[in-house]
Amino acid sequence: MRVHSMPQNDDARTLIAKTIVMRARSLLAGCAILGALVAATAVAQMSPAPNLDTRLKHLELELRCLVCQNQTLADSNAPLAEDLRREVRELAVAGRSDNEIRAFLTARYGDFVLYDPPVQRNTWLLWFGPFVLLAGGALMWWRIGRTSADELVAPDATPTDERDAAARGQALLK
Amino acid sequence: MRSAWKWSLPLAIFVALIVFLYIGLFRDPREVPSPLIGKAAPAFSLRELHAPGKMLTTADMRGKVWLLNVWASWCESCRVEHPLLVQMARENIAPIVGLNYKDKDDLGKAWLAERGDPYAVSVVDADGRVGIDWGVYGVPETFVVDKAGMIRYKQIGPVTADALQNKIVPLIRALQKES
Repeated sequence: MRVHSMPQNDDARTLIAKTIVMRARSLLAGCAILGALVAATAVAQMSPAPNLDTRLKHLELELRCLVCQNQTLADSNAPLAEDLRREVRELAVAGRSDNEIRAFLTARYGDFVLYDPPVQRNTWLLWFGPFVLLAGGALMWWRIGRTSADELVAPDATPTDERDAAARGQALLK
Repeated sequence: MRSAWKWSLPLAIFVALIVFLYIGLFRDPREVPSPLIGKAAPAFSLRELHAPGKMLTTADMRGKVWLLNVWASWCESCRVEHPLLVQMARENIAPIVGLNYKDKDDLGKAWLAERGDPYAVSVVDADGRVGIDWGVYGVPETFVVDKAGMIRYKQIGPVTADALQNKIVPLIRALQKES
Protein backbone atom coordinates (compact mmCIF):
# COMPACT_ATOMS: atom_id res chain seq x y z
CA MET A 1 0.00 0.00 0.00
CA ARG A 2 1.11 3.45 -0.70
CA VAL A 3 1.39 5.70 2.26
CA HIS A 4 1.18 8.70 0.14
CA SER A 5 -2.33 8.48 -1.16
CA MET A 6 -3.36 9.81 -4.52
CA PRO A 7 -6.78 9.53 -6.05
CA GLN A 8 -6.61 6.56 -8.28
CA ASN A 9 -9.97 6.16 -9.87
CA ASP A 10 -11.08 7.75 -13.12
CA ASP A 11 -13.59 10.05 -11.40
CA ALA A 12 -10.86 11.52 -9.32
CA ARG A 13 -8.67 11.98 -12.40
CA THR A 14 -11.36 13.89 -14.28
CA LEU A 15 -11.93 16.00 -11.19
CA ILE A 16 -8.27 16.98 -11.15
CA ALA A 17 -8.34 17.72 -14.86
CA LYS A 18 -11.45 19.82 -14.44
CA THR A 19 -9.90 21.76 -11.58
CA ILE A 20 -6.75 22.44 -13.60
CA VAL A 21 -8.83 23.66 -16.56
CA MET A 22 -10.88 25.90 -14.27
CA ARG A 23 -7.80 27.31 -12.62
CA ALA A 24 -6.25 28.00 -15.98
CA ARG A 25 -9.41 29.66 -17.15
CA SER A 26 -9.60 31.96 -14.16
CA LEU A 27 -5.90 32.75 -14.59
CA LEU A 28 -6.48 33.58 -18.23
CA ALA A 29 -9.48 35.70 -17.32
CA GLY A 30 -7.39 37.50 -14.71
CA CYS A 31 -4.68 38.13 -17.26
CA ALA A 32 -7.22 39.42 -19.73
CA ILE A 33 -8.70 41.83 -17.16
CA LEU A 34 -5.24 43.02 -16.17
CA GLY A 35 -4.29 43.43 -19.83
CA ALA A 36 -7.43 45.41 -20.52
CA LEU A 37 -6.71 47.66 -17.53
CA VAL A 38 -3.16 48.29 -18.71
CA ALA A 39 -4.40 49.04 -22.21
CA ALA A 40 -7.05 51.38 -20.84
CA THR A 41 -4.51 53.40 -18.88
CA ALA A 42 -2.24 53.52 -21.94
CA VAL A 43 -5.12 54.85 -24.04
CA ALA A 44 -5.94 57.37 -21.34
CA GLN A 45 -2.34 58.58 -21.41
CA MET A 46 -2.34 58.86 -25.19
CA SER A 47 -5.51 60.93 -25.33
CA PRO A 48 -4.70 64.68 -25.38
CA ALA A 49 -6.66 65.78 -22.33
CA PRO A 50 -4.36 64.95 -19.39
CA ASN A 51 -1.11 65.66 -21.25
CA LEU A 52 -2.14 68.87 -22.96
CA ASP A 53 -1.88 70.94 -19.80
CA THR A 54 1.64 69.82 -18.98
CA ARG A 55 2.69 70.26 -22.60
CA LEU A 56 1.23 73.77 -22.73
CA LYS A 57 2.81 74.67 -19.40
CA HIS A 58 6.16 73.52 -20.71
CA LEU A 59 5.76 75.52 -23.91
CA GLU A 60 4.51 78.63 -22.13
CA LEU A 61 7.53 78.60 -19.83
CA GLU A 62 9.86 79.09 -22.78
CA LEU A 63 7.85 81.90 -24.36
CA ARG A 64 8.21 85.53 -23.36
CA CYS A 65 5.33 87.79 -22.51
CA LEU A 66 5.85 90.88 -24.64
CA VAL A 67 4.13 93.23 -22.22
CA CYS A 68 6.03 92.35 -19.05
CA GLN A 69 9.19 91.29 -20.77
CA ASN A 70 10.85 89.56 -17.88
CA GLN A 71 7.97 87.16 -17.40
CA THR A 72 7.11 84.05 -19.31
CA LEU A 73 3.77 83.55 -20.97
CA ALA A 74 2.93 81.07 -18.22
CA ASP A 75 3.65 83.55 -15.40
CA SER A 76 2.16 86.72 -16.79
CA ASN A 77 -1.28 88.06 -16.00
CA ALA A 78 -1.19 90.63 -18.77
CA PRO A 79 -4.25 90.52 -21.05
CA LEU A 80 -2.02 89.93 -24.06
CA ALA A 81 -0.43 86.94 -22.31
CA GLU A 82 -3.91 85.54 -21.71
CA ASP A 83 -4.75 85.99 -25.38
CA LEU A 84 -1.50 84.36 -26.45
CA ARG A 85 -2.07 81.43 -24.07
CA ARG A 86 -5.51 81.00 -25.61
CA GLU A 87 -3.95 81.09 -29.08
CA VAL A 88 -1.27 78.55 -28.11
CA ARG A 89 -3.87 76.24 -26.60
CA GLU A 90 -6.06 76.41 -29.69
CA LEU A 91 -3.11 75.63 -31.95
CA ALA A 92 -2.15 72.69 -29.76
CA VAL A 93 -5.70 71.35 -29.73
CA ALA A 94 -5.76 71.71 -33.52
CA GLY A 95 -2.84 69.29 -33.55
CA ARG A 96 0.05 71.66 -34.27
CA SER A 97 3.46 70.61 -33.03
CA ASP A 98 5.47 72.63 -30.52
CA ASN A 99 7.75 73.81 -33.31
CA GLU A 100 4.82 74.98 -35.40
CA ILE A 101 3.48 76.92 -32.43
CA ARG A 102 6.87 78.54 -31.86
CA ALA A 103 7.02 79.41 -35.57
CA PHE A 104 3.54 80.94 -35.34
CA LEU A 105 4.69 83.27 -32.58
CA THR A 106 8.11 84.16 -34.02
CA ALA A 107 6.47 85.02 -37.37
CA ARG A 108 4.44 87.67 -35.51
CA TYR A 109 6.67 88.81 -32.68
CA GLY A 110 10.19 87.84 -33.76
CA ASP A 111 12.77 85.69 -32.00
CA PHE A 112 12.33 87.89 -28.95
CA VAL A 113 9.40 85.74 -27.81
CA LEU A 114 11.73 82.78 -27.35
CA TYR A 115 13.57 82.70 -24.05
CA ASP A 116 16.05 80.33 -25.66
CA PRO A 117 17.36 82.27 -28.66
CA PRO A 118 18.10 80.16 -31.76
CA VAL A 119 21.73 79.77 -32.86
CA GLN A 120 21.98 81.84 -36.02
CA ARG A 121 24.36 84.39 -37.46
CA ASN A 122 23.14 87.36 -35.42
CA THR A 123 23.28 85.39 -32.19
CA TRP A 124 26.77 83.91 -32.65
CA LEU A 125 28.28 86.60 -30.44
CA LEU A 126 25.67 85.83 -27.78
CA TRP A 127 26.23 82.07 -27.88
CA PHE A 128 29.97 81.86 -28.46
CA GLY A 129 31.19 85.20 -27.08
CA PRO A 130 31.50 83.93 -23.49
CA PHE A 131 33.62 81.00 -24.64
CA VAL A 132 35.85 83.32 -26.67
CA LEU A 133 36.29 85.50 -23.56
CA LEU A 134 37.03 82.42 -21.46
CA ALA A 135 39.65 81.23 -23.95
CA GLY A 136 41.18 84.74 -24.02
CA GLY A 137 41.31 84.81 -20.23
CA ALA A 138 42.89 81.35 -20.12
CA LEU A 139 45.51 82.43 -22.66
CA MET A 140 46.38 85.53 -20.63
CA TRP A 141 46.56 83.52 -17.43
CA TRP A 142 48.90 81.02 -19.05
CA ARG A 143 51.16 83.74 -20.47
CA ILE A 144 51.37 85.65 -17.18
CA GLY A 145 52.11 82.41 -15.36
CA ARG A 146 54.90 81.58 -17.77
CA THR A 147 56.62 84.99 -17.55
CA SER A 148 56.64 85.00 -13.75
CA ALA A 149 58.06 81.47 -13.76
CA ASP A 150 60.81 82.72 -16.08
CA GLU A 151 61.61 85.54 -13.65
CA LEU A 152 61.83 83.10 -10.73
CA VAL A 153 64.47 80.91 -12.34
CA ALA A 154 66.44 83.89 -13.62
CA PRO A 155 70.05 83.89 -12.20
CA ASP A 156 69.75 87.43 -10.85
CA ALA A 157 66.73 86.55 -8.82
CA THR A 158 67.14 87.79 -5.25
CA PRO A 159 69.14 85.28 -3.18
CA THR A 160 67.21 83.86 -0.28
CA ASP A 161 68.15 84.48 3.33
CA GLU A 162 68.90 80.82 3.75
CA ARG A 163 71.43 80.93 0.95
CA ASP A 164 73.08 83.96 2.60
CA ALA A 165 73.14 82.25 5.95
CA ALA A 166 74.62 79.11 4.45
CA ALA A 167 77.34 81.13 2.74
CA ARG A 168 78.16 82.94 6.00
CA GLY A 169 78.26 79.63 7.83
CA GLN A 170 80.66 78.20 5.32
CA ALA A 171 82.86 81.28 5.68
CA LEU A 172 82.91 80.93 9.50
CA LEU A 173 83.86 77.25 9.32
CA LYS A 174 86.91 77.93 7.18
CA MET B 1 56.26 95.94 -29.44
CA ARG B 2 54.98 93.55 -26.79
CA SER B 3 54.55 96.29 -24.24
CA ALA B 4 52.51 98.29 -26.76
CA TRP B 5 50.09 95.35 -26.99
CA LYS B 6 50.00 95.04 -23.26
CA TRP B 7 48.21 98.34 -22.79
CA SER B 8 46.53 98.88 -26.17
CA LEU B 9 44.59 95.59 -26.21
CA PRO B 10 42.84 96.07 -22.84
CA LEU B 11 42.21 99.69 -23.79
CA ALA B 12 40.60 98.63 -27.09
CA ILE B 13 38.38 96.10 -25.30
CA PHE B 14 37.43 98.73 -22.73
CA VAL B 15 36.56 101.32 -25.40
CA ALA B 16 34.49 98.76 -27.34
CA LEU B 17 32.59 97.89 -24.17
CA ILE B 18 31.92 101.57 -23.42
CA VAL B 19 30.65 102.13 -26.98
CA PHE B 20 28.23 99.19 -26.65
CA LEU B 21 26.99 100.37 -23.26
CA TYR B 22 26.60 103.93 -24.58
CA ILE B 23 24.50 102.76 -27.53
CA GLY B 24 22.48 100.62 -25.13
CA LEU B 25 21.63 103.71 -23.07
CA PHE B 26 19.53 105.13 -25.91
CA ARG B 27 17.76 101.99 -27.02
CA ASP B 28 14.31 101.22 -25.73
CA PRO B 29 14.06 97.58 -24.71
CA ARG B 30 10.29 97.82 -24.99
CA GLU B 31 10.56 98.33 -28.72
CA VAL B 32 10.64 94.90 -30.24
CA PRO B 33 11.43 95.13 -33.96
CA SER B 34 8.61 93.59 -35.96
CA PRO B 35 9.46 90.65 -38.22
CA LEU B 36 6.48 91.66 -40.38
CA ILE B 37 8.15 94.69 -41.96
CA GLY B 38 8.73 93.96 -45.65
CA LYS B 39 6.17 91.16 -45.53
CA ALA B 40 2.57 90.95 -46.68
CA ALA B 41 0.13 92.48 -44.23
CA PRO B 42 -1.79 89.68 -42.47
CA ALA B 43 -5.22 89.40 -44.07
CA PHE B 44 -8.29 90.19 -42.03
CA SER B 45 -12.01 90.49 -42.56
CA LEU B 46 -13.53 92.57 -39.79
CA ARG B 47 -16.85 94.17 -39.10
CA GLU B 48 -17.00 97.93 -39.26
CA LEU B 49 -17.57 99.85 -36.06
CA HIS B 50 -20.09 102.28 -37.51
CA ALA B 51 -21.79 99.82 -39.87
CA PRO B 52 -21.87 96.43 -38.15
CA GLY B 53 -23.36 94.76 -41.23
CA LYS B 54 -20.39 95.70 -43.37
CA MET B 55 -17.04 93.94 -43.43
CA LEU B 56 -13.69 95.43 -44.37
CA THR B 57 -10.99 93.13 -45.70
CA THR B 58 -7.33 93.84 -46.39
CA ALA B 59 -8.07 93.14 -50.07
CA ASP B 60 -10.35 96.23 -50.13
CA MET B 61 -7.29 98.38 -49.47
CA ARG B 62 -5.25 97.05 -52.42
CA GLY B 63 -3.79 99.75 -54.64
CA LYS B 64 -3.72 102.34 -51.88
CA VAL B 65 -1.05 103.36 -49.45
CA TRP B 66 -2.83 103.18 -46.11
CA LEU B 67 -2.26 103.18 -42.39
CA LEU B 68 -3.54 100.81 -39.78
CA ASN B 69 -3.81 102.48 -36.41
CA VAL B 70 -4.46 100.20 -33.44
CA TRP B 71 -6.32 102.02 -30.71
CA ALA B 72 -8.79 101.59 -27.86
CA SER B 73 -10.90 103.86 -25.68
CA TRP B 74 -9.11 102.46 -22.60
CA CYS B 75 -5.70 103.37 -23.99
CA GLU B 76 -4.13 106.42 -22.36
CA SER B 77 -1.41 107.18 -24.90
CA CYS B 78 -3.92 106.97 -27.76
CA ARG B 79 -5.17 110.33 -26.49
CA VAL B 80 -1.70 111.76 -27.00
CA GLU B 81 -1.40 110.77 -30.65
CA HIS B 82 -5.03 111.34 -31.56
CA PRO B 83 -4.82 115.07 -32.49
CA LEU B 84 -1.96 114.23 -34.87
CA LEU B 85 -4.07 111.59 -36.60
CA VAL B 86 -6.99 114.00 -36.88
CA GLN B 87 -4.62 116.56 -38.40
CA MET B 88 -3.29 113.96 -40.81
CA ALA B 89 -6.78 113.01 -41.90
CA ARG B 90 -7.61 116.66 -42.48
CA GLU B 91 -4.59 116.99 -44.76
CA ASN B 92 -5.70 113.89 -46.66
CA ILE B 93 -2.28 112.29 -46.58
CA ALA B 94 -3.45 108.69 -46.68
CA PRO B 95 -6.52 106.75 -45.53
CA ILE B 96 -6.22 105.56 -41.93
CA VAL B 97 -7.98 102.38 -40.92
CA GLY B 98 -8.69 102.34 -37.19
CA LEU B 99 -8.46 98.96 -35.52
CA ASN B 100 -10.55 99.23 -32.37
CA TYR B 101 -8.64 96.71 -30.28
CA LYS B 102 -10.33 94.80 -27.45
CA ASP B 103 -12.83 97.54 -26.84
CA LYS B 104 -16.57 97.91 -26.45
CA ASP B 105 -18.38 99.31 -29.48
CA ASP B 106 -20.29 102.07 -27.66
CA LEU B 107 -17.20 103.18 -25.73
CA GLY B 108 -15.19 103.31 -28.94
CA LYS B 109 -17.88 105.26 -30.76
CA ALA B 110 -18.29 107.73 -27.90
CA TRP B 111 -14.53 108.24 -27.79
CA LEU B 112 -14.43 109.09 -31.51
CA ALA B 113 -17.49 111.32 -31.27
CA GLU B 114 -15.81 113.29 -28.50
CA ARG B 115 -12.31 113.62 -29.97
CA GLY B 116 -12.91 113.58 -33.71
CA ASP B 117 -12.79 110.62 -36.05
CA PRO B 118 -9.67 110.50 -38.23
CA TYR B 119 -10.43 107.08 -39.64
CA ALA B 120 -11.57 106.34 -43.18
CA VAL B 121 -12.99 103.14 -41.71
CA SER B 122 -13.03 101.80 -38.16
CA VAL B 123 -13.02 98.05 -37.72
CA VAL B 124 -13.59 95.98 -34.59
CA ASP B 125 -11.11 93.47 -33.22
CA ALA B 126 -13.01 92.60 -30.07
CA ASP B 127 -11.00 89.53 -29.01
CA GLY B 128 -7.62 90.76 -30.22
CA ARG B 129 -6.98 87.97 -32.72
CA VAL B 130 -6.19 90.25 -35.63
CA GLY B 131 -3.92 92.15 -33.27
CA ILE B 132 -1.96 88.97 -32.62
CA ASP B 133 -1.72 88.30 -36.36
CA TRP B 134 -0.22 91.75 -36.81
CA GLY B 135 2.20 91.26 -33.91
CA VAL B 136 0.52 93.92 -31.78
CA TYR B 137 1.74 93.84 -28.19
CA GLY B 138 0.65 97.23 -26.99
CA VAL B 139 -1.70 100.02 -27.95
CA PRO B 140 -1.26 102.29 -29.85
CA GLU B 141 0.64 100.90 -32.80
CA THR B 142 0.57 102.19 -36.35
CA PHE B 143 1.49 100.37 -39.56
CA VAL B 144 2.16 101.79 -43.01
CA VAL B 145 1.01 99.44 -45.77
CA ASP B 146 1.96 99.97 -49.40
CA LYS B 147 -0.12 99.56 -52.58
CA ALA B 148 0.85 95.91 -52.93
CA GLY B 149 -0.33 95.19 -49.39
CA MET B 150 3.11 94.99 -47.80
CA ILE B 151 3.91 96.39 -44.36
CA ARG B 152 6.62 99.01 -44.74
CA TYR B 153 6.82 100.64 -41.33
CA LYS B 154 5.63 100.13 -37.79
CA GLN B 155 5.33 102.80 -35.13
CA ILE B 156 5.37 101.25 -31.67
CA GLY B 157 3.64 103.49 -29.16
CA PRO B 158 2.04 106.84 -29.99
CA VAL B 159 2.76 108.55 -33.29
CA THR B 160 4.86 111.63 -32.52
CA ALA B 161 5.08 114.86 -34.50
CA ASP B 162 8.73 114.05 -35.10
CA ALA B 163 8.06 110.53 -36.43
CA LEU B 164 5.24 111.85 -38.57
CA GLN B 165 7.31 114.62 -40.10
CA ASN B 166 10.57 112.76 -40.57
CA LYS B 167 9.51 109.19 -41.22
CA ILE B 168 5.86 108.45 -41.81
CA VAL B 169 4.76 111.24 -44.15
CA PRO B 170 7.93 111.11 -46.34
CA LEU B 171 7.53 107.32 -46.54
CA ILE B 172 3.85 107.60 -47.55
CA ARG B 173 4.73 110.16 -50.22
CA ALA B 174 7.45 107.91 -51.62
CA LEU B 175 5.20 104.85 -51.57
CA GLN B 176 2.39 106.73 -53.31
CA LYS B 177 4.76 107.42 -56.22
CA GLU B 178 5.41 103.70 -56.64
CA SER B 179 3.21 102.12 -59.27
